[in-house]
Amino acid sequence: MSDLETKPSDATAAGAQVNPVENKFTERLSHILGDLGKNGIFIALVLVVVLFSILTNGILLRPQNISNLIVQNGYILVLAIGMVMVIIAGHIDLSVGSVAAFVGAVSGVFAVQWGLPWWLSIILSLAVGALVGVWQGFWIAFVGIPAFIVTLAGMLIFRGLALVVLGNANIGSFPTEYRALGNGFLTDLFGQFELDPLTLGIAAIAIIALFVSQFRTRRARQSYGQEVEPFAWFVAKLVLVAVAVGLFAYALATYKGIPVTLIVLAVLVLIYGTVMNRSTFGRHVYAIGGNLHAAELSGIKTRNVTFWLFVNMGVLAALAGLIFTARLNLAGPKAGDGFELEAISAAFIGGAAVQGGVGTIGGAIIGGLIIGVLNNGMSIMGIGIEWQQAVKGLVLLLAVAFDVYNKRRSGGR
Amino acid sequence: MSDDRTNILEMRSITKTFPGVKALQNVTVDVRRGEVHAICGENGAGKSTLMKVLSGVYPFGTYEGDIVFEDEVVQFRDIRDSEAKGIVIIHQELALSPYLSIAENIFLNNELKGPLGLIDWNKTNHEAAALLARVGLKENPTTKVRDIGVGKQQLVEIAKALSKRVKLLILDEPTAALNDEDSDHLLNLILHLKEQGITSIIISHKLNEIKKVADSVTVIRDGKTIETISKDDVTEERIIKDMVGRDLEHRYPDHTPHIGEEILRVEEWTAHHPQDPTRVMVDDVNITVRAGEIVGIAGLMGAGRTEFAMSLFGRSYGSKISGRVFVKGKEVKTRTVAEAIENGLAYATEDRKTYGLNLIDDIKRNISMASLEKLERFGLVDDGKEFQVANSYRTSMNIKAPSVLAKTGKLSGGNQQKVVLSKWIYSDPDVLILDEPTRGIDVGAKYEIYSIINKLAAEGKGIIVISSELPELLGICDRVYALSEGRITGELPIAEATPEALLKLMTMEKPR
Repeated sequence: MSDLETKPSDATAAGAQVNPVENKFTERLSHILGDLGKNGIFIALVLVVVLFSILTNGILLRPQNISNLIVQNGYILVLAIGMVMVIIAGHIDLSVGSVAAFVGAVSGVFAVQWGLPWWLSIILSLAVGALVGVWQGFWIAFVGIPAFIVTLAGMLIFRGLALVVLGNANIGSFPTEYRALGNGFLTDLFGQFELDPLTLGIAAIAIIALFVSQFRTRRARQSYGQEVEPFAWFVAKLVLVAVAVGLFAYALATYKGIPVTLIVLAVLVLIYGTVMNRSTFGRHVYAIGGNLHAAELSGIKTRNVTFWLFVNMGVLAALAGLIFTARLNLAGPKAGDGFELEAISAAFIGGAAVQGGVGTIGGAIIGGLIIGVLNNGMSIMGIGIEWQQAVKGLVLLLAVAFDVYNKRRSGGR
Repeated sequence: MSDDRTNILEMRSITKTFPGVKALQNVTVDVRRGEVHAICGENGAGKSTLMKVLSGVYPFGTYEGDIVFEDEVVQFRDIRDSEAKGIVIIHQELALSPYLSIAENIFLNNELKGPLGLIDWNKTNHEAAALLARVGLKENPTTKVRDIGVGKQQLVEIAKALSKRVKLLILDEPTAALNDEDSDHLLNLILHLKEQGITSIIISHKLNEIKKVADSVTVIRDGKTIETISKDDVTEERIIKDMVGRDLEHRYPDHTPHIGEEILRVEEWTAHHPQDPTRVMVDDVNITVRAGEIVGIAGLMGAGRTEFAMSLFGRSYGSKISGRVFVKGKEVKTRTVAEAIENGLAYATEDRKTYGLNLIDDIKRNISMASLEKLERFGLVDDGKEFQVANSYRTSMNIKAPSVLAKTGKLSGGNQQKVVLSKWIYSDPDVLILDEPTRGIDVGAKYEIYSIINKLAAEGKGIIVISSELPELLGICDRVYALSEGRITGELPIAEATPEALLKLMTMEKPR
């Protein structure tokens, strides 16, 4: 969320230049409209949720289903975070589904066949993911083979290795702590209540933290003489987000509390959102995607940045593999099938540009949620998998077409 | 040629509005049959818009006013309509397909077909050869376009225009990317085509070439016609005054050098071609720059100027690079760009759009791109400080933009260059290498760039200016090196540097 808002729009800046503002009201209105355009993807998510809650007679918004939505899509969202970073840098990763399957299988060997402690198994599995990333990153960054080719090869290689590790069988029945990653709830640790107080408490803290950080950012900007949005609109937006978070938390609290997957996701979004927005590394990723030559001639170590991006993608693909395996309590040969396509779709629906240089973590998460709601909503309605596929394809195409149209209209190419 | 020649083209009271902006207001241009007509104006004055109206890129109905071509009011819906009438425009960015042959490019979308509707390659290549002869290009028609230089590609464009039976040829800044020799050839070709009855409109910044070829000059400023001057009345002063709307007494700001200690010394610098390591591109170059000094490097296209600068700046060009670099008397390594920056070098590229800017990002982030570590606080980039820094450069460099959050892709050439300079000034180098710092920039902005260069020198930085415009080097430098075939062929203090003396050095060939 936060990085959706802090990404500056030049639409407002350019708009102010072209249409001389006559009074405060039109100024505010143009700001709000600019903001809505910028957060179009967020509005799209709201529309999709509203549509499917009507079509499913409210089943979509039942507490249990909301909880499921998070847990079922957790691994796609984890992948989407890494994928959007790779896409911003102007690359692509087709191998993540296979890597997830491979790491899931390897974790089965660690945790089940070797009987290692759950935490050691998880750490070792993430390390395997990092090694996969080192392998792919080496070919892409230092040998200079296009990521499309390297990860297409990786898609085959790691799918094959997953099968080798599994040896034509499923590995199953993981330790409870391991399984918590995919289907555990925080309440399991503290006991059950009618309305989980822990969930409500965490939500309250999150809302307070959101208010404090947004107000501080606003004040800092004002002190630097940077233009800020109208105060009323600023507060209205915050209240809207707070209400949404509150309702979401209430729904979770009436069911089983906060899923462990959601905690993992929240931590990842916070970390990676900050990395992409505020850290030198994140800035370098945007610079490389925007203009590789200019980045190189500005002293940015473009190869190193690319290399670490793929190492990071390997780790996140491993994490996604762990969450998926934990959820099924089974490492199987079909794991991770098509994950790469969902993660790539999530990034593009979330506003990333095929040419690189553009995209946000927040956008990719929302893109992933849109896909998740589509999947979930259509499943509840009893629509077959064949039509689900077709609809998702169409949504991807329309989302990107809308984005292209928007950019053309605003004059940027 | 008699005086009562008729007008081939009359553009009457053309007005073109974009949402919120009047790009053209009542622009009137008359072009006589068989003349070379120059159109001058600063960047953003409306020249390109006018040509787009003329060629049908902006179709009939999107503008007001009449276009009369050969005594007939024409209403073009697209470029094909205007080409059918014999109006061909050659854009600054050439529209050739690099992997196709010269002949294929000439007849692209106009293919010569045999009886079965298949392409007749013999005829294609034969006719292409004839057209190449007309433009004076000695190349095989089957050569791929990517294998010939920009100057020759320009000629292929003209041959392509001739194949369309052009009556009115429009050239948008045709010599912007050419060296002096290629420029001369092109200008002579325009005069030669004139003798064959082809009328030309040439859009140019370069006043000396306008003087050379144009029969009349129309100056446009802020979307309005200022005046049309006939050949005999053309003076540089008058055109400049029309273009900027005021007298520009000095094209170069005054500069009193305060020269200090040696700040950069390069010894025995040699670099080879990146793909072909047997070719020496930079050959045993030795130069020095002192604090507060502006040093020019003059050389023809292909002399190795950019190759020298880029190989020095973190080995961004070339292979098998050798030599020593001393900054403030201490030997330093410049093996990577990061190392070069760390050791006090900065290089502003000759090609802003390809190598200098992230066009889809804003001014702020472009300025901070090379020095993010200065903005780090607790490991994170301090957004507010970045905004302040960018804003202070916007003010001090006079970058014209609604805010530092504006995308650099939407700025004019001059303002883009100021962003590039801001980026390098913020990196606080000892030596700035400026490669063609005023290419594609209008007269007013050039003056500002020169003033910035002077200010940097006054602050004690060493400046190297690489330029293909000799007057520019002579106008701003304290000392000029001449480069030819990768070698320094001479060095002249500004008092002794004349265009003739420099040209002699710049064309000095290697003893064989």
